[in-house]
Amino acid sequence: MNGDARDKTKVATAQVDLTKVKPYGDTMNDGMTELAFTLPVSYGPEGNEAAKILVKKMGLTEPTVVYSKDMGGDFSFFVVYGKCSHTVDFTQIKVTKVEVDVMSREECGEYWEENIGRPVVIVGASTGTDAHTVGIDAIMNMKGFHGHYGLERYKGIEALNMGSQVPNEELIAKAVEVNADAILISQTVTQKDVHITNLTNMIELLEAEGLRDKMIVVCGGPRISHELAQELGYDAGFGPHSYAEDTASFILTEIVKRGRVNRPAL
Amino acid sequence: MKSKLNLDPKQVDEARSYAAKIAGSMQEFIDKHTTVSTERTVLRLLGVDGVDEVETPLPNVVVDRLNDAGVLTKGVAYWMGNAMVHTGDDPQTIAEKISAEELDLLKLPLASIADIQKVLAPVVENALKTIRDQTQTREKYLDTIGEGKRPYLYVIVATGNIYEDVVQAKAAARQGADIVAVIRTTAQSLLDYVPYGPTTEGFGGTYATQENFRIMREALDEVGEEVGRYIRLCNYSSGLCMPEIAAMGAVERLDVMLNDALYGILFRDINMQRTLIDQFFSRVIIGYSGIIFNSGEDNYLTTSDAYEEAHTVLASQFINEQFAVLANIKEEQMGLGHAFEMDPDIENGFLYELAQAIMAREIFPNAALKYMPPTKYMTGNIFKGAIQDAMFNMISVWSGQSLQLLGMLTEAIHTPHMHDRYLAIENASYIFNNARDLGEEVEFKQDGIIQQRAQKVLSDARLLLKDIEREGLFSTIEQGKFGGVKRPRDGGKGLAGVCAKDGDYFNPFIPLMMGGAK
Repeated sequence: MNGDARDKTKVATAQVDLTKVKPYGDTMNDGMTELAFTLPVSYGPEGNEAAKILVKKMGLTEPTVVYSKDMGGDFSFFVVYGKCSHTVDFTQIKVTKVEVDVMSREECGEYWEENIGRPVVIVGASTGTDAHTVGIDAIMNMKGFHGHYGLERYKGIEALNMGSQVPNEELIAKAVEVNADAILISQTVTQKDVHITNLTNMIELLEAEGLRDKMIVVCGGPRISHELAQELGYDAGFGPHSYAEDTASFILTEIVKRGRVNRPAL
Repeated sequence: MKSKLNLDPKQVDEARSYAAKIAGSMQEFIDKHTTVSTERTVLRLLGVDGVDEVETPLPNVVVDRLNDAGVLTKGVAYWMGNAMVHTGDDPQTIAEKISAEELDLLKLPLASIADIQKVLAPVVENALKTIRDQTQTREKYLDTIGEGKRPYLYVIVATGNIYEDVVQAKAAARQGADIVAVIRTTAQSLLDYVPYGPTTEGFGGTYATQENFRIMREALDEVGEEVGRYIRLCNYSSGLCMPEIAAMGAVERLDVMLNDALYGILFRDINMQRTLIDQFFSRVIIGYSGIIFNSGEDNYLTTSDAYEEAHTVLASQFINEQFAVLANIKEEQMGLGHAFEMDPDIENGFLYELAQAIMAREIFPNAALKYMPPTKYMTGNIFKGAIQDAMFNMISVWSGQSLQLLGMLTEAIHTPHMHDRYLAIENASYIFNNARDLGEEVEFKQDGIIQQRAQKVLSDARLLLKDIEREGLFSTIEQGKFGGVKRPRDGGKGLAGVCAKDGDYFNPFIPLMMGGAK
């Protein structure tokens, strides 16, 4: 046996081919995937078979129903494993991200001192019929979330949180009243895409009032991505795991970038 | 029974007596006022229902006319009874004639109060009998098919379509649920009328309408008989139509209703005067109907910190208890709320949550405590979510909670899918059964972390109540002491619907309902 062959036996797995990526269970390219779903059929061997056939149609080979349960009526629950037959070319992936170097709260304060030096006014709300304040509170309120203080605590920022169920018209009126630099909109409820309708309406109203280009408009929420936000006409969108520093860094640098440090009142 | 937390009974008594004074002084204000929704409730109980050609409910049509004319000060029963004396018609016919502009309540001659009350008496008695019959039906079900063990497994359906809700609710009952709540559509709390008829469109929930209540009640009775367990129905007696929905719930035999003025003030920006007056009549109805009310203290912990602000929850529970006492609600119907909402990264967080849950049980030994699941720190990691819910379930059975709103492992992702609910029920059933008598077996170390935590929360709550008693409830809310949310006394929605009573005012239901369900 030569040295090369011995080395090969020491390699536990094949090297990943980034042009053909698939799920990793315990061996490279085994494609192992777990699924859980309900079918509206009565419990029994026919249900299990239906689940297997369905999973095959999803592109998973060798499906195994590891658990199934009669949920009463004509509903059955399945946990199914299968091997994914598809691959993804990881080298060709492009994702639109908010392009900003995220600064810490302290760094935001220093950046503000060096580059802006006047109060930056930010108005935010959970708009439309959305009654959830968790998102807007996490970003704006003093306390913040998970150890990340909110905008109220930021040097140079005047944060005004209007709460939930605020009509778009009211949010805009308030933004004009307080001469806001930026508007933040939080959307939590996404049933029947109500957030899309509401976010679109907001931009239309701002455009109708000739305000769209005079403010930085940002949205956020568990189902919001930057890509979606841009499609809808927003300057940025922040999804899950975003904190006040992401929003603050974006707004502060954008004010400087757009030459809006010394701007006329709205 | 000796306190396992070594709580000082004198402190509990002191806190309770502050709360009694707070509620009592608020009651003086409440007794001098009525609201458009309170008066619409009187009409609904007198049998007025239906909508006009532009979908305005007839109770709104009648009450708005009186309020616009500035004569709601006497109460709608006075005007309706007077019209009955002169026309001989029943309230529904009179309301229809008013809506059709065939009758003007203000143009009729005025009968004596005694004659008015006399003509109303049989209609009032008829409404009370409908409610008593429903209470008896509930009791009969409990005696025959029985009910699940406590903590009751409490789940939510929220499809927006009442008929789809029925499918999900029945499935949940077959999987083991004891209570099904139909979440209301977003923003219904801010409507100053109750929509009419069955509904199939809603956002994040389904409209609370009397017909939707009836449809779901029938479905749960059917599935209850099938599974051999009475399935309780829950909805929301909250928002601008608080007492009207309580009346609809009483008539359609709801078993649990969320009802908390403080919640509406803080989280829906409803005017505090309006909703505290509304809350009183709604609680009288709830008490009379054998419904368990749920208060909303758990929500404070979603906006403020669950560790730092635990005492605000306890203080609010004391106040809610005393408001319930003033409405003649039995302790067993007091579903005081609290929640498992601490940041999971807190070292010994489980011990603190346990201390608080046992504290709530010791301080309110007979209450139907409502324990709410983790929501704020649920992440979308469903596997961790299942463990967070398991920790919550463990504390619930250990501390003897009554109503357990089940945590969903997909919280923070979507409204529950059918199997999310099944997994939640399985999680809770496993833990409740496996640790059923843990609370009986375990005592706590003298002056250990758990005892000290409970003692500290009680002491802070007592001091806060002392403060509120001095300041008054209105100005305490104005200062943002609950949930970190500030609300002005004359701000928020619905203030225009508040009206001072004059000397002729009467509400024919309150004295009879307060007299007991005889």
